[in-house]
Order: sequence, then C-alpha cells, then structure tokens
Amino acid sequence: MGLLRYVAIRAALIIPSVLILYTLVFIVLRILPGNPVIAALGTKNIPEEQLNAIMSELGLNKPLYVQYFEYLINFAKGDMGKSMIVRGRPIASDIADKLPATLELTIWSILISLAIGLGLGYLGAQSRSKYINAFVRLLGSAVFIIFIPALGLSLQLVFSKYLRLLPSSGRISDIVNFKPITGIYTLDALIQLNINAFIDALQHLLLPAFTLGLVLSGPYMRLTLNNLEAILESKMVEAYRARGISEAKILKHAFKHVLIPVVTYTGLQFALLMGGAVLTETTFNWPGIGTYLVDKVMYRDYTAIQAVVVLFAIIVGVISLIVDIIYAVIDPRVRY
Amino acid sequence: MSFALILKNPYIASGLAIVLIFVAFALFADVIAPYSPIDAAGPPLQPPNKLFVMGTDNLGRDMFSRIVYGSRIVLMIVAMSISLSGFIGSILGLVSGYIGGVLDKVLSFVMDSIYAFPSLILAIALSVALGPSPVNAAIAIAVVYVPTYFRMLRGHVISIKNEGYIEMAKALGLPTTRIILRHILPHVLKTLMIVFSMNSADAILTEAGLSFIGLTVQPPTPDWGFDLYKGRGFVLAGAWWLMAFPGLCITLLAFGFALISEGVSRIVGVRLR
Repeated sequence: MGLLRYVAIRAALIIPSVLILYTLVFIVLRILPGNPVIAALGTKNIPEEQLNAIMSELGLNKPLYVQYFEYLINFAKGDMGKSMIVRGRPIASDIADKLPATLELTIWSILISLAIGLGLGYLGAQSRSKYINAFVRLLGSAVFIIFIPALGLSLQLVFSKYLRLLPSSGRISDIVNFKPITGIYTLDALIQLNINAFIDALQHLLLPAFTLGLVLSGPYMRLTLNNLEAILESKMVEAYRARGISEAKILKHAFKHVLIPVVTYTGLQFALLMGGAVLTETTFNWPGIGTYLVDKVMYRDYTAIQAVVVLFAIIVGVISLIVDIIYAVIDPRVRY
Repeated sequence: MSFALILKNPYIASGLAIVLIFVAFALFADVIAPYSPIDAAGPPLQPPNKLFVMGTDNLGRDMFSRIVYGSRIVLMIVAMSISLSGFIGSILGLVSGYIGGVLDKVLSFVMDSIYAFPSLILAIALSVALGPSPVNAAIAIAVVYVPTYFRMLRGHVISIKNEGYIEMAKALGLPTTRIILRHILPHVLKTLMIVFSMNSADAILTEAGLSFIGLTVQPPTPDWGFDLYKGRGFVLAGAWWLMAFPGLCITLLAFGFALISEGVSRIVGVRLR
C-alpha cells in the first residue's frame, strides 16, 4: 500500500469519528426531555406564538431526523447554525473570530511544553546528580495534576499584581498600533514587521501559554529522560565515544531517537491541550473558543455548544491524521 | 499481594493518607468545620488568622469550613462517576474483547472516537444538556471515562483469551459468563486497580473544571472548583487565600490518587503512562 492510499483511508476514517461525537451530543441535547428554547431563555413565560416563531427560525420544529441530517449538510457547507441567544447571529462567524486566538495559545503552549519537557528531560538524563534525575522524574509525573485555574491565578498574582511584569488578561494592549490579518497576533506582527506589537502580544501570551505548557510538559520530560538515558548507555554511544566523537555530536544523534516518541505523543496531547485551553482561556480572559464555549454554557446555547463539539471532533481527527503521516514519514519502520 | 505489603509501599501509604484526610473531612464535616459553610462567620475578606485559619470570603464565610464541606461534593461526584464508568466500561470491554467480531470492531471504533476527544469539553457539553447538578456532572464524567476502562479491559482479554486454560474451560463447556467472570476477570483486576486510581486523579481535575465553569453546584453550596471561580475576582485584589486553599486541595487530592496509582503500578510491575 502506498503512502497516498494510507493517507486517504486514514482521512476517510475521520468522518465516522466525527459522526459518533455529533450523534452523542445530538442525542443528549435534543432527545432528552425539555424544550431547548425554554432552557436557553431561562423562562417559561413566553407566549406560545413567539416560542413557535423562535423554534421555526432555528429549525427546531422539524422532525428530529430531518434536523439531524440538515445540520450535517449545512455544517459541511460551512454553516454551523444560528445562536439561540444572540438570535440570527451565525455561529460560524463567531467561531471564525475566536479560533485564531485559540490556535495562537495552543501553538505557543506546545512550543513551551516541548522546551520545558525536552530541556528538563535532557538535564535529568545527562546530569550526574541523582537528585536532579529524581526531581525531573517526579516533576514529569506530577505536573499533570496541576489544576490550571489555580496555577494561572497564582502566576497572575505574582507576575501581574506584585511584580507588575506581565499583563494578567487579554491578547494585546489597546495602545499598540496594530491591525490583525490572520488573527494570530504574533504571526501578524511578524508579517508587518511590527516589533512593538510582537513584543506586546508575546507578553500577553507568556502567562497563559506557560500555564498550559507546563501542565502538558510531563510526558515530554519522561520520554526524553528515559529514552536519552537508555541511548547514552547503549553500545552505539560507547562506540561513538571510543572513536573520539565529541559529546555534542553524540547528543545530536541521541536526540534524533528521542524525537519519534515525542512526535507520537504530541498527537495524543492534543485532546488534553484543547481541554486545558478551555480552562486557561477562562482564567486569563483569553478571547478564544474556550471562553466562547463557557460563555455559551452560561446561557445554555445548545446550537453553539453542538457546533463547538463537532468542530473540535474535526480538529482532533485532522491532527491525529497529520501526526500519523509525520510518523509514517520519519520512521521507516512504520508499515502502512 | 497481601494487604500489609500494599500498605508498606510508601507511595500507596502516603497517597492513602492524603485521600483519607479528605474522606474524614467529608464524613465528619459537622464536627471538623468550626463554622457554618453557608452563613457569614465574620467580616468579609479576612486574611488567614487565628479565628479563621484559611481566611474568609467576600461574604464573610469561613473558608476552612467551606473547604471541609466542599470535600463532600468532590468525593461524591468522583466516587459516583468512576464506579459508574468502571462498571460499564469494564463489562463492555470484557464482552467486546471476548466475543470479538463485528460487535468488537464497532464498539472499539466508537470508544476510540470518544477517547480521542478532549474529555473536559465532552463533559461540559453533556452536563449542559443534562442540566447543572452534582449527579448530572457525575453522569457526564462517567460517560467520558467509559472508554478508558473499555480499552484497558478489552486489550487484556484479547491478550489472554487464547491461553490454554481458557481453551480448557471452553472445551469443558462452561458458560461464557462464567469464563469471563471466573477465569478472565481475576487476571485483569490488578491492572484495573491502576486504572482506577489513575482515573480518580483525572476525574478530580475534570470535576474541578466543571465546577469552575459552574456546572456542578448552585450557590451557596460549598465546592472547591466553584469557590475558586467565585473568588477569582478578589484574588487579583490581593485575596490570595480564596485561590490558594481550594486550588491546593484539588491538587492535593489528585496527587493522593496519583501516588496510589504509582504505588500499585510499581507493585504490579505494569506501566500505563
């Protein structure tokens, strides 16, 4: 089987995965008793006619199976439905506004977690002190139990309130003269060579991205530590040393072996990353999909929540596909 | 693996000690808490002092009393959700792995799809649909973690179902239920214990996350995650104790379960993470 065919089959498998999550959420949101519009409005005291008008505007008075398939077809066309609360507002445009902020946060979080994980893992593996080694090992299995809002608030307290070094919320200062293009501010600032905006955006990013990055760095620490240790004690490295190859070069070779499990794990991390992003965004008032979701939760906006779930299901599917492709390309042992 | 041996393991012993402190909080809250958790006990926003060891919140309620009573909600939701998901997930995993075929393929695909999805986000969507309450939060968390048990048990069953003694049991004509319960389940129990304690730590964080978004309890019920959310605005005004103590308790309880799972996996000699 060629790589292309493998990719095609893997890509096709995303569809049933997304359908399963959509169906699950659709069932609990729609088939459970209770009128979603009444739940969303929070009052039963609306005239029958008005209620019916809202229901038909949202397409909620059609048979369930029609609703089920209509939503899918519309979703495929890029129409994610309309908000139940801010009536008439298409959810797709809300999401298009918020998605870049979440992308920016998650990308920087991964970079930070890789830096922390690979850095500390390397430190633990090459250190001759058994205390440093044990410390990294402990940290590697302990960081995941950090409760994101608690860490985030602590960082805000120290770095924003007491030290006054970094902003505690938002994405960019109002005073910075800056026009977004893609919505990923650090990228936009670089494209426009706007150094002030870049630094300002980075300052806003640092605390939330560090919070999320630290929580995710545990597996990287352990992977790097264990694999690097094993390789540095192997016959291969012994042979390198015997031939007088410099330690720096040996490390470069050893690190290559660490990268494969790291790539695999990055794929697995994405679910945790997006769940963590919801809490991180809420803690730091970061205007992304996470705060959007929490906002909609407060108003019981079912259509918006359903759209976010389907969107995340697609993202998860696509990411795991990309990771599998990278994996197949960098590891020649993978058979597809 | 005798009981005394298990307790001698430093990880399990210390983890168990942490968890038991919170269980004691929950069981004897009426005796331990010095004040009512829902009525004002003193002036608002007092930093920790002799009268109020963890300070007071913006309504003058004693934080320590709220922490003590709050352990009830967390422990109840976590206990309910992991027993529910452990039960359903294990049964489905055992049956699916043992029977195999189309059923196994379909069920595995469904479980994998749910497993790959961010658990907190799914739990949020489900608890919104069910309506915010502790029981509904427990159900939502349970659904999210069913695949964890399913995958574990299914994999294990597949690895042992072709062993000689299972073949023998089949040849003797024993009913399938008996083979699964008497000959397969006992082998899986050790790994199940690791998953159970690991999953408890995860479930605590998910519960705290749901609470933080306001999907478990209604005010004035004390709950760690919800208290942290409500205290958020006052924390940046300097009331650090409104964040520090609930946050510490959530992390500590999760740490307790993580220690237990580390200990069990060291005894059993199986690594899951």
